[in-house]
Amino acid sequence: MTGSGAVIRAALIFGAVLGLSTCGGEPPAKPGSVVNGTSGTPPAEPRTIRSTDGREWRKLGKDGLHDPENELLQYLQQPAEALGALPKGGPDGNQVDWIAALRDGAISPRTNVRPETKIMVLDLDIVFTETAGQPYVVFPHRQHTEWLDCANCHPAIFKAKRGANDFGMLDVLNGEYCGRCHGAVAFPLTECKRCHSRDWQTGG
Amino acid sequence: MRLRIALLVFAIGLAGLVWLGEARSEYADVVLNRNSEAAGMRPVIFPHWFHRIRFRCKVCHQELGFEMRAGANQVTMGDIYKGKFCGMCHDNKIAWGLENCDLCHSGRPGLPSGIYGGHKTLGPGKW
Repeated sequence: MTGSGAVIRAALIFGAVLGLSTCGGEPPAKPGSVVNGTSGTPPAEPRTIRSTDGREWRKLGKDGLHDPENELLQYLQQPAEALGALPKGGPDGNQVDWIAALRDGAISPRTNVRPETKIMVLDLDIVFTETAGQPYVVFPHRQHTEWLDCANCHPAIFKAKRGANDFGMLDVLNGEYCGRCHGAVAFPLTECKRCHSRDWQTGG
Repeated sequence: MRLRIALLVFAIGLAGLVWLGEARSEYADVVLNRNSEAAGMRPVIFPHWFHRIRFRCKVCHQELGFEMRAGANQVTMGDIYKGKFCGMCHDNKIAWGLENCDLCHSGRPGLPSGIYGGHKTLGPGKW
């Protein structure tokens, strides 16, 4: 690098730092101007709502999905309003621990709308041991059947026979098997240890 | 050097624009737009989070017969009026009735159908 190049570069860095330091903060109030009155530009409306425990949800209409021009938008419940009151879950997904929400009675969703529908809950853990060195997967039927009917998974997604389902993590990542729900609506695949929960070395 | 700075500023601006335009939906929101816009209505947004507070998965996915795959259900207003799909509950008894069009048809114009990710995930791999 030539001497003049270094000087130009230093000047540019200086200028950039100066620019950032002056642009970052609020402009100094002019004498006599009203800060919270009607004469200044109003502060931009926040795009998120934060719960008391620090979780944050996008407002409907600021989420890129709901049309802010829709006059009925104001009548729809905000995610933060409902989800902020539920037990905190992992940082991804809905940021809600739905299993805890159901277990602890924070929510009591209906099991059926037709009176004749049979409600089945099965308390049976299945342990998957071919996990390529990762902790074993423990699949609890109980938590799943609290939400789902047997026929939601059996036999179309999983054959109801131990060892009869040959699948791997790639299938799951592709939206098959467990990935039919996990990664789409149930807790996402970034929360590895919620499924890979049994240490194969200690059996714990 | 000037060119490099100009490119950098341009790239930052472009990234900002992409970020602003990005959908930051709630995890598992489903957009239904197979028929909506073609029929002159906004796309439908189905929020899973709202419904699962009130109903277990099995109510819609077993009793109502919704396939557990976004795009696999041919949902039409004709069927809903007959009490199928959403019409099972949106009857002014369990949930709001069908005259409140814009409560469901609430999506931005041009949204593609599908299941959307949350604020940190981009949704499922395939689908």
